[in-house]
Amino acid sequence: MNTPLIEFRNVTKRFGTKTVLENVNLQIYEGQITTIIGLSGSGKSVMLKHIIGLIQPDEGTIFFQGKPITEMKKSEINEAFGQISYMFQGNALLDSLTVYDNIALPLRETTNLKKTEIDRRVMARVEQTELTEAIHKYPAELSGGMQKRAALARALITDPQIVLFDEPTTGQDPVRKNAILSMIAQYQRKFNFTAVLVSHEIPDVYFISNRILALYDRQIVFQGTPEELENFEHPFMDEVISSLEALQKELTGLFSKRQFVMLNHLQLKRRKVGESYCVVVFSLNELTAIYTKVGHDAAQEALRNMGLYIDKHFGDIGGFSTRRSSNEIITMLPYSNLAETESIIDDFVSDFQRQVLPAIGTGACKMAAGESVEFNIVAGIAEGQSTTDLDSVIALAKSQQKEIGRFNCAAGE
Amino acid sequence: MAAFENNMTESTNGQQVLPVLRPFTFVGRTIMDWINSMGAATIFLCLALLRTLGRKQLFKTVQQTYFIGARSITIIMLVSLFTGMVLGLQSYHALLKFGAAGAVGSLVSLSLIMELGPVLTAIMITARAGSAITAEIGVQRISEQIDALSTMRINPIRYLISPKISASIISFPLLTAVFDLVGILGGYVSAVVLLGLNGGVYLHSIKTYVEMSDIINGFTKSIVFAVIVATVCCYQGYFAHMRRDSHGAQAVGLATTSAVVTSCVLILVSDYVVTSLMV
Repeated sequence: MNTPLIEFRNVTKRFGTKTVLENVNLQIYEGQITTIIGLSGSGKSVMLKHIIGLIQPDEGTIFFQGKPITEMKKSEINEAFGQISYMFQGNALLDSLTVYDNIALPLRETTNLKKTEIDRRVMARVEQTELTEAIHKYPAELSGGMQKRAALARALITDPQIVLFDEPTTGQDPVRKNAILSMIAQYQRKFNFTAVLVSHEIPDVYFISNRILALYDRQIVFQGTPEELENFEHPFMDEVISSLEALQKELTGLFSKRQFVMLNHLQLKRRKVGESYCVVVFSLNELTAIYTKVGHDAAQEALRNMGLYIDKHFGDIGGFSTRRSSNEIITMLPYSNLAETESIIDDFVSDFQRQVLPAIGTGACKMAAGESVEFNIVAGIAEGQSTTDLDSVIALAKSQQKEIGRFNCAAGE
Repeated sequence: MAAFENNMTESTNGQQVLPVLRPFTFVGRTIMDWINSMGAATIFLCLALLRTLGRKQLFKTVQQTYFIGARSITIIMLVSLFTGMVLGLQSYHALLKFGAAGAVGSLVSLSLIMELGPVLTAIMITARAGSAITAEIGVQRISEQIDALSTMRINPIRYLISPKISASIISFPLLTAVFDLVGILGGYVSAVVLLGLNGGVYLHSIKTYVEMSDIINGFTKSIVFAVIVATVCCYQGYFAHMRRDSHGAQAVGLATTSAVVTSCVLILVSDYVVTSLMV
């Protein structure tokens, strides 16, 4: 792999007699979304503040593009840190400035751009973060979600190469949490910055992250992909991940991928050889286009409602579901063969089209301002057996997806 | 040996001290803290002064001058009017006993220009603007707004502190001048209008006894007070998060109290020092 953009080698930090980080080693790579997970108070924010130089390590070295920061000249440090933006947990918007002035502040103070150019750039960010109506308001007059968006707009105004997000979803409801995460993922793809997140939102954060770092007992105990984390055997998984997953199940009704796989194993153990099960893969197509037209909040609300309905419908007949990616939900029907599942899906589609789809569409369409937005939901079924690899069954179901519902905002149908 | 160790108590920095030495330890630590704070505040002031100039600083300095200076005029005029009136009243009756009532004007004006004007102006601004500066910066500190400035590569001392110190250096002498003038007018009202002293005598005595050096000395004091008040108030707010006696909002409250008390004490101490150097 390439030289890490940021690397910690044996970093230790103490506050008085309390050791917060001890011999921490980690790597953050360019162009990726890296998420740091861990219990509250475990030192995740402290780690993030080391990256931007707000806190210095007591021991160990931090490398930026392979070079130790301690050996860099002041101009090099300024240049390196100038590429980094930081979005604070509490937003840290200057409360005596309006939203517009907060977003414009870095450009006004650190560049010699003309007023018209600053205005153009600020208004572009304001529109992207859906803050047009709030530009003359002060932070205290905004909702929590709007403050987050204002902080995000300010963090992105200088087109940074690296953006650090310190618990960007704290204090938000489940829909808005996902909206913020999807916004971060969308902007990361659009502006191609390196993102480092501190977050508790499991499993939602897995869908947007390339790498996960697990901080446990003052050390980084895991570095790898979300998929690798699923197979990680460590007390961290029992103490941290399980509790966060239980909370997530309570909030959304859907199981985490790890829980889903475990449930699946349990179910398959009880089956005799030759008995089959079915997997259904539901997808909401063109999610990015929907984000653009109705906003992240409305799109996430639609996805959440879809998930809740799927969970309720199939949960009643022994099925269980998980979100596999930002726009995909997988349902396992352990006691149904293909013919039974097709019949169940027919009933589901009929109810879904009659009751759920109009409700999802109408809610989201309020945000579309008369624009043509199409919600196209597809589903695919595949049959597997206890000896079949689950991933291949899911892939087969995905390849057989066909439309089960469509709603157009402009047409209202 | 064990008995000796049992008598030892642990000081806050973890060292073992005998109970009998604890008062000395406390005094020593307090003095060391004071010296540390003075050194840190001096460095803080130097860093702020080095960052006062610049095109982008001008607007912020004007804004702060309006807040510290223009918005303090009313309270300064009110205080100075009554200070001058009291001075005129007291000095008229005192000097009358010696047949020197004609010197009321010079007594009032010299008292105001050399002493009361700079001191009372500084104390009034500390109470009105200094406390607000500490509270504002303290809140910005505990809500991570100052850290946010650092992460945006905006120097917080340049952005927040330098304009306030520049504005104080501009505002204090101007407000002192206002205080002196209105105070002299107050003395005129009580001595001439209310007590019947000849107006020409009052003004002539001022013209005769007040010299340019007196006025310069008064303004020099006001500039010294400006630097002290602005530095103490900004410093207390800026480092509110490092207080050992409290945290959060309580730290901001205590920092504000400390700023006002320390400023007032330092105004009077430095007043003596500056006066002794000028006499």
